[in-house]
Amino acid sequence: MGIRVLKGGMLTTVQDLGRTGYQSQGFSVAGVMDVRSFKIANLLLDNPENEAVLEFTLIGPTLEFTSATIIAITGGDFQPTINGDPAPMYTAIYVNKGDILKFGSARTGSRGYVAFSSYLEIPVVMGSRCTNMKSSLGGFKGRKLQAGDYMNFRIKRRYLPFFLSRRLELDEFDQMDVELRVVMGPQDDMFSKQGIDTFLNSEYTVTSEFDRMGCRLEGPFIAPKEKSDIISDGIAFGAIQVPSHGKPIVLLSDRQTTGGYAKIATVASVDIPKLVQRKTDHKIRFRAISVQEAQRLYLEEIKELDDMRRKIHQPCREVLECRLVAKRLRTLFE
Amino acid sequence: MQNIRILTEGDSSLLVEFGKEISPEINRKIAATVKLLKEQHIEGIVDMIPTYCALLINYDPRVLSYAEIEERVRGLVKVETKAGTQRKRVFEIPVCYGGEYGPDIANIAEHAGLSEEEVIAIHSSRDYLIYMLGFLPGFTYLGGLDERIHTPRLANPRLKINAGSVGIGGSQTGIYPLDSPGGWQLMGMTPVRTYDPERETPILVEAGDYIRFVPIDEAEYRRIKDLVERGEYECVVREREV
Repeated sequence: MGIRVLKGGMLTTVQDLGRTGYQSQGFSVAGVMDVRSFKIANLLLDNPENEAVLEFTLIGPTLEFTSATIIAITGGDFQPTINGDPAPMYTAIYVNKGDILKFGSARTGSRGYVAFSSYLEIPVVMGSRCTNMKSSLGGFKGRKLQAGDYMNFRIKRRYLPFFLSRRLELDEFDQMDVELRVVMGPQDDMFSKQGIDTFLNSEYTVTSEFDRMGCRLEGPFIAPKEKSDIISDGIAFGAIQVPSHGKPIVLLSDRQTTGGYAKIATVASVDIPKLVQRKTDHKIRFRAISVQEAQRLYLEEIKELDDMRRKIHQPCREVLECRLVAKRLRTLFE
Repeated sequence: MQNIRILTEGDSSLLVEFGKEISPEINRKIAATVKLLKEQHIEGIVDMIPTYCALLINYDPRVLSYAEIEERVRGLVKVETKAGTQRKRVFEIPVCYGGEYGPDIANIAEHAGLSEEEVIAIHSSRDYLIYMLGFLPGFTYLGGLDERIHTPRLANPRLKINAGSVGIGGSQTGIYPLDSPGGWQLMGMTPVRTYDPERETPILVEAGDYIRFVPIDEAEYRRIKDLVERGEYECVVREREV
């Protein structure tokens, strides 16, 4: 009743929205990098919003199902196959006992997600099922998955209403350059006007130092007024630190709770998925928006997700047409 | 208290800056604000990270807009906490100093030009304010280490320092909550688990609490360690006026 890991891929972990409420004690939040893809995977299966999924990075895992369930795959295109046949993404799919779900390397994007209608049996540690690798906490034994690992499902759930309607448009991840909208602050006043101009008008390149903790960017030097050290304070998801080397570092899911470098700005929540789906050498530009605008975008996305939820709960048009045809045929036979 | 600034940190966090220096007064004000915010159970506040002189508040913009939370926090930080009537919690942390428990105590003593006994007496003679927790789960940033025993970090950091190790790194002292690499000079070991993921409260202390180190001998170390392993040890906590 579950899944067996045949290949772990590069970095596959159990994640949800993260372990909040313990940052004041030094616990990183962890949780998924691409919140949007995560939410879509769960909503395709009517799962609770915060149900745990598998997140994989650059090279996906190979999984064997030891019981039937329904899954949804979202995020970057890892060329998924089930028993060798291409599997659709952003769609609810039945899998049978013995089926093998295989992910390749990321053709687009860099992170993928798979959600399960039968829910992974992973203990809740301090309010979350997510994996905090640094502290070996939560998830599957506090670590990334590897060949031989086995996870049970918590429930049997192999039926979902409006099954054929459960498919959505794919998000695009094939851009080589993206614009990230940012809210300036909290320490933007520590940078010179020239430094701010450089930050907002230059192209930055994603380096290979890009993991779940953060993403280092290469590009023009962002000048501080004097120094860029601060007395350590808390760090939000998407905060952009600029240490004395003048190159921005965007802090992500596994970020440390506190840090001692000035934060020039913070990426708008809706744009964090665009960043975490980038690869080395992709280009980034920053554009400042107000906090009100960032919150408006955030609420807009919630509405968009609600619309998706409505859409997959309507009878599928093709099915309706079949019924119509059947009805007409029936009168003929009668 | 003037100079409190409320700053944006993205669309889901707000940074309250109480000052730009490390001082017990500012830190106390932050601890008081955290307490007030917790008591008010404001719907939409997801998490808080109090640090030396700032407080980061994570909130859900679905529940609270920036204007709403800004107004509430602004109102709250105006509330003056009455100094002098406050009480502090002091956690007594038993430490077995020196020997195999604290392999670097000779370094510390030599650097200070003191005997090991004097180093122990100085280290265990005051209450250390926990300014903040961070870096590792339960890692405490303590203030107030006596200048006489400030000691530079090791030139070659150790790859593994055992959980429970007590050490000095520059002007700081603290306890390693879990096995970790590190460059601090190790002076002793506590049998108390400051971090235990299996415990109902995984972390013993909070920012704003105090720690006092209490010297113990090896026999006492083993006795307490046994109790800790059976889950029967309760850390001594004293309440004192600030």
